[in-house]
Parts: sequence; C-alpha cells; structure tokens
Amino acid sequence: MIFIVIFQIAKASEYVSVLKGEDKARKQNNKINAFLLIAFLVFGLIGVWWCNDMFYGKTLFPQGAASEMGQKIDLMLYITIGVTGVVFVVTQVLLFWFAFKYQERDDNKAFYFPHNTKLELLWTTVPAIFLTVLVVFGLKYWFKMTSDAPKNAIVIEVTGHQFGWEFRYPGPDGILGKKDYKLTKGANSLGVDFSDPASLDDIHVSTTVHVPVGKPVKFVINSQDVIHDVGLSHFRMKMDAVPGIPTTMWFTPLYTTEEMKVRSGDPNFVYEISCDQMCGNGHFSMRGVIIVESDSDYKKWLSTQKSEYSTIFQTPASGADSTKATATPPVAMNDKK
Amino acid sequence: MSSEINLHGADVHAAHDAHDEHHHHETFISKYVFSMDHKMISKQFLITGIIWAMIGGLFSVLFRLQLGYPNSTFPILEDLLGHWAKGGKIQPEFYYALVTMHGTILVFFVLTAGLSGTFANFLIPLQIGARDMASPMLNMLSYWFFFLASIIMFSSLFVQTGPAAGGWTIYPPLSALGDASQGSKIGMDLWLLSMAMFIVSSLLGGLNYISTILNLRTKGMSMTRMPLTIWALFFTAVLGVLSFPVLLSGAILLLFDRNLGTSFFLSDIVINGKILPNEGGSPILFQHLFWFLGHPEVYIILLPAMGMSSEILSVNSRKPIFGYMAMVGSLFAIAILAFLVWAHHMFVTGLNPFLGAFFVLLTLLIAVPSAIKVFNWLTTLWRANIRFTPAMLFAIGFVSLFISGGLTGIFLGNSALDIHLHDTYFVVAHFHIVMGVASFFGMFAGIYHWYPKMYSRYLNNTLAYIHFWVTIVGAYLIFWPMHYEGLAGMPRRYYDYSAWESFKMFAGLNQFISFVAIVVFVTQLLFVFNFFYSIFKGRKVRTTNPWGANTLEWTTPITPGHGNWPGEIPEVFRGAYDYGKDGREFILQTEPIGPNESDH
Repeated sequence: MIFIVIFQIAKASEYVSVLKGEDKARKQNNKINAFLLIAFLVFGLIGVWWCNDMFYGKTLFPQGAASEMGQKIDLMLYITIGVTGVVFVVTQVLLFWFAFKYQERDDNKAFYFPHNTKLELLWTTVPAIFLTVLVVFGLKYWFKMTSDAPKNAIVIEVTGHQFGWEFRYPGPDGILGKKDYKLTKGANSLGVDFSDPASLDDIHVSTTVHVPVGKPVKFVINSQDVIHDVGLSHFRMKMDAVPGIPTTMWFTPLYTTEEMKVRSGDPNFVYEISCDQMCGNGHFSMRGVIIVESDSDYKKWLSTQKSEYSTIFQTPASGADSTKATATPPVAMNDKK
Repeated sequence: MSSEINLHGADVHAAHDAHDEHHHHETFISKYVFSMDHKMISKQFLITGIIWAMIGGLFSVLFRLQLGYPNSTFPILEDLLGHWAKGGKIQPEFYYALVTMHGTILVFFVLTAGLSGTFANFLIPLQIGARDMASPMLNMLSYWFFFLASIIMFSSLFVQTGPAAGGWTIYPPLSALGDASQGSKIGMDLWLLSMAMFIVSSLLGGLNYISTILNLRTKGMSMTRMPLTIWALFFTAVLGVLSFPVLLSGAILLLFDRNLGTSFFLSDIVINGKILPNEGGSPILFQHLFWFLGHPEVYIILLPAMGMSSEILSVNSRKPIFGYMAMVGSLFAIAILAFLVWAHHMFVTGLNPFLGAFFVLLTLLIAVPSAIKVFNWLTTLWRANIRFTPAMLFAIGFVSLFISGGLTGIFLGNSALDIHLHDTYFVVAHFHIVMGVASFFGMFAGIYHWYPKMYSRYLNNTLAYIHFWVTIVGAYLIFWPMHYEGLAGMPRRYYDYSAWESFKMFAGLNQFISFVAIVVFVTQLLFVFNFFYSIFKGRKVRTTNPWGANTLEWTTPITPGHGNWPGEIPEVFRGAYDYGKDGREFILQTEPIGPNESDH
C-alpha cells in the first residue's frame, strides 16, 4: 500500500519535472539534497552524542576493567577513541560541509585543482605518525598480555565442549595429570590418564570456576570437539580453545564478584565466560561463571572439593576414602572404563 | 604495441560490420542467455546479484526478528518455514543457517560476483576502448559457472538437514563433522561444491579482466590515462586471481576431511561420545588458508566501490579527481598490503605473539593509503560545483561510511584491543559499515550512474532519493549503536542474549536495530522495483553523454551494439579527469590536446 503511494508520487514528480522544465527541477532537487546533507551532518553528530549518552553506561567503561591488564586496555581504548574520534568528526564535517557549500550554483565554477604534492605528503605522513604511536602502544601491551604467566600463578585447565565448560585444578601436588582424548569414556569425561600419579588429586568442576582475588591465574585451554573461545569481557581477555592445540592465557583479577556487584551497581553481577567462537547450535548458551573471592574463601572452597579420581571410582555410599582409591591399580582403572 | 592494438581493434570492427550486414538475426538464446557480449553478461551478473541480494537481505530480516524479539512468536513463519520455525519461533539451527547463508551470499554472490562481475564486465571494454573482452567465450563461461554455483547454493537451502550453518568462515572442525551440527551434513558439501564453482567463475572472470586491460586498450589509452574505475577493477582482478585458488585448496582439503577420512584440520576430537581417530591435523591451518583469501576478499569487495566512487565524485564535482597518481598508488599499496595482513583475523587463536606483531604493523599500515584516499576525495569536493545526482549522493555516502568503518579498523587491527573486541558486535559494526554498506553504496552509485548506458533509460529520481536517504540514515542507525554492544563484550552469532547477565541489557537496542533493519530492507525493495520498472518504463535517454563525463563509454551510441562503437574505436589523447580545465566544464578523453592548452 505504502509502496503504491510512494510509486505514484515518484511517477507524478517525473511529470511535474517535465512540465516545470527538467533543468529547473534538477536545480531544485540539488538544493534540497544539499540542505539534507548538511542536516544529516548536524543531526548525525547530535545523534552520535545522544547515542553515547544513552549507551556509555551500558558498556564496561564505567565499572572499569576487573584485571590489571584490562585497565591498561581500557586506557588504550580511550586513547584510540580520542584519536579516531577527532579524525571522524573533522573528516565527516569537511565531507558534508564541502558538499553543502560547493553545491552547484550558476555563478560558481569548479576550481581546477588536479594535484598538490605537498598536501598529499602531508596527509601521508601525519596519519603515519599517529599510527606509529598507536602501534608502539599496542605492541607493548600485546607482548605483556601474551607473555608467560608469573611463576606463582594458579594454573587451571579449561576445556570447552559442545556446549559447556569444564575446569580442572591440579590439586595439592600442583601438577595437572596427563590426558589422552582416547581415554574419554563415561564418567571420565575429560579423558584423564589415571595411570599418571599426578592426576589422582586433580579436581574437576563444571561450569563454575573459583579463583582468588589479586593473584595471577593461568588458564590452560583445550577443546574436545570444535573450536570454542574463552571470552572474559570483564577482564578484557579472550583465547580460543582449539582441539589438539592447547592455548594459554593469564590475568590477575582485581575485584571479587561481591565487590563488582557494588562497582557495577548490579546486584546480580557475575563474571561470565562467553563462548566467542561460533561452535554450533548451542553456541549462545555456552555459558561459564567465574567466582572471584578472597583468598581465604577460595581456599575454603577448594578444600571442600573432592578429587575427580575419587568421585569417579568410588560410590558415594562407601564414603570418600582416598587411601582406598589410590590403592586400586590405576591401569586397571583405565581398563575398567 | 599501440598500433598493434589498433589493428586488432580494426579487425574486430570489420568483422563486426560484416556480421551486422549478413546475419542480423541474433536468436533470443544467443542474445540474452548464452551471450558473449560483455554488456549482456554484465547485466546477467547484475540481475543474478540483485536476486541474491534480496534473498540475503531477507535472511537478515528473519534473524533480526529473532534477535529483536526473542520472546515473541510469529505464527506466519511456521506456515512459511515449517519445522525451521516451530511454534512460530525461528529455531537455533535455522538461525545459524540464516546467519551463515546471509554472510556467504552477500560476501561472495552479491559483493564479489554481483559487483565485480557487473562493473568489470560492463566498464572495462567501454572505458578502455575495446570491442569486447579479450575472451568473450571465457567471459560467458564465467557467468555460467557463477550460475551453476548459484543453483547449487540455492539448492542447499532445501535439503533435509538445512544449508551450511557454521558461519560464512566455515571453520573446521565444526564444518568438518556432521556430528557437530546439522548444517555440517550435506549442506556443507553443497556449500563447498558451490564455492568451488564460484572460484572457477571468479578466476575465469579475473584472468579475462586482467588480459583485457593489459592488451586491449585503444590507441593513446596509456595505463596512466585510465579512469580510476579501471585501475580499481584491475587490482581487484589481480587480488582475486592470486587469492581465490588458496581458498579452493582449503575447500578441497576440507572436502577430503569430511568425506575421505583425512586429518588436515582434525585432531584429538571427541564428539557425541565418539572418539575420532584423526590426529595431527590443525584447525588453525584452515584459518590461514581461509583468511589468505578472506582478507584480500575484503578488498575485492571494496576496491571496485572505491574506483567507481572516485569516478562519480569527480564527474559530479565537475573537478578532476585530486591526486590521480596518489589514488592509483594507494590502490596499489592497499592491494599489496591486502596479502600481508590475513592473520589479524587470528589474534586470539594462540598465534605466536611475535608473528602477531608483524600483522599488527602491516594492518595498521593500510590506514595510510586509506587516509590518502579519504583526503583526496575531500579535496576533490573542495571548491567544486556539485550536482547531487543519486549516484553522487551514494558516492558521498560511500566516503562517509568508509571513514566511519575504516576508523574502527584501527581498533581491531591493534592486537591488544582486538583481544577484547574480537568476535563481538564491534566487529559486526566495523565490517558491515566499511565493507558491507560502503560497498553497497559504491555499487548503488555505479548502478545509478551507468544505468542510462546499460538500459538507455533513467531510473526514477524521486525513488532514488528516497532510497538514498532512508538507506544512509538506516545504515547508521543499525550499525552505529552496535559499537557500544561490542565495547560491552557482547558476542556475535548468539541466538538469544536473555540468559546472560552481562549482555541482556541491550534487549531494547536489539529490538530497535531489528525494526530499522526491516525498514531499510523494504526500502531496498523500492530500489529493486525502480530497477526493473525503469528497464521498460523509465524516462528515455536522449543524449549520448547525460552526465557530461569525459570517459569513453559516453562516446558510444545511446544503445551501443555488440562491438560498442559503430565506426572506428576512438583514439585517446588525455587522462579521464579534465574537468574545469581552462574554464571548460569537461573535455572528452578523445579530444586532442589544444595548441594553447595549459599544462597542469
């Protein structure tokens, strides 16, 4: 319906322009469009401001980054927004202002100006200098972010699968037991090799991972099936989980979950792990949670966790007795599975 | 060399005359279907592209419905789509199929074949002064391979398990394992087969464009006198010829992994409780192969739009394009750099940080030639005498969008920032603005500008102005706020955000974006209507050079026949941008340099 009306108007305008004289109609159109272009600029810039006003609060800037590195990333984001923002406004203003100012006029003649080497050199070098600054800045942080984790970092293994996250703590011995994906079966969902003594005290939890505040945490990231991605927007970190090729990342959380509830003003605040690499139908529901807590709370929580070995090989009825479990020959365990 | 070209031209011309005299009756099939006339082939590409654009656009409307209204049901969808929209709600597997096909269709079928296929075919012979392409036969095959690719891709929409659904980048193992996703079953094989045909089409076309530009220029048309459209199309073709084969190899290896049990991209996988035997493959290898095409592909899409916008800005400013050599040089620089930046799509794959640093440097280097182009366009407008034809408006819109989308590239190219922004809506906003919408604007500008040459009729101006204004306002309304979603870390390719504490606050915005997207889509239908209506009923073109342009295509008859020029191919004496020189509004390229003409 609207379609037909618009079409009829458009058709009529063609006849009108024939009646009025095409040249006259064209010039009138030209004026209207020149005016619209400058109006678009003005309302566009107001819109940009308005949009910023409305959505700035919903970005992660006001609550700040929750990791040391993240705060530097935010600073860098601000600087980049500043530099590009100035370029954006200047170039858009020039574009639409020129378009408006130099619209066709009968008394105006275009100025023949085919080239000017000085000007061209100017806008080759100035952007190059700005970019150098940004590159130097960026690479400095890039190397810092991707550097090896500090020695005292808490190591946690993260495994992605369709569609969820698994976490493994190394347990008291501080060493993660070996894995072989071919051992994956039934309750041994991660394919842990229990013939490796280091695996016996490892702790396996799903979906929710606990970490202490203020200490570096290192994730060793795996995938069991397709590529996933550990996305930690609050910490400004992200790393793919690639089957067959373990990756790592580390960060130091600055605020506990409780503290972030206050900082963000959201009583339901929670550090979420989003899968940031398309991984299939359930991609959007592949959610994990990080609980950042004080060191003492963390240790308390960790002490209540049973080792994966004991949960797999012992029926809850017989009670968790780790000595009994370790007494069973691990190789036989693997066979049984 | 040039005399040889002239001879060649004369030969064709003589043959053409004979052809005209003796068998004047071209059959319907040889004229409209299996045509070897570059102009007809170009229209075939264009119309196929328009059909694909409508399908791809419609898909985006469907998935925007889900994103904007995740809690609503639309019973009509169930009537139309059956089990894909059970209970009137788009199902996740269908959602991901829509997203994947939207990307595939628009990137390859519309903005590669539809854009290069149309304008390279149409403009190269006309603007360099050639009777036709170097090999009209290959040119015809190029279209028909594209057609075949289109049929296969289209048929994949109707298979039981649905079309490919792993994203347009089809990363394995997701795309390699039928167990991983419905869309990775037969739909994926069809996708790969279709793309193989597509690549053949693209190579045949590209080789033809390159050889035509290098060998068939008319007398006097030195490389440095070519219009910027031709330069842009030339670099586009070179990029395509050098990078598409790499995707082909990736696609073939993936087909092997899928069907022959090889392990190029697969290792250590347990899926659905099944332990796969594949070991030693690398999924990351595929990403290298994919993005070795994938990044140049971005410029395959963008360069033609840049070239056409440059041409149209100059013509309608009545001024020479500022810094012609710098424009050519920056195109060249972009084309070279396009091959050296592919791993900036892979900063979070666990890439060696040292290697990553090179890709950061080279990626941000692209901003320099881009800045040159932008400032040269601005200077072209400075002290001009601008006519706002619809084409000109779209060209101005192109520059605006290129600036907006290009600047966000500086964020994403810087790896430290990319870690936070990777695969969020920031990326969606960035590439839609700079590659999607900007290239569409270049394409629209080209269509509005050369339509009179294609169909000897004008498009309706009023509809064109409505089309422009709704589209540019809508494009910014859709994509600008997405930057904020991205800064909040909102991941792309999610079916529903309502369960996420970190992202659910954007529900209102998502709804707004969806609403605007529907309005913009409907407006594009207005354009499509205008396009087809005007072929038959548009105002007739009564002058050979309606825009007062300098280039050779406007020296042909209003409706050029097969062979383009009825007599001799005109000789060229000057560059394409002598607008406003010595007080004259425009000077055709065919006009000899006058005795008193100033140098400049």
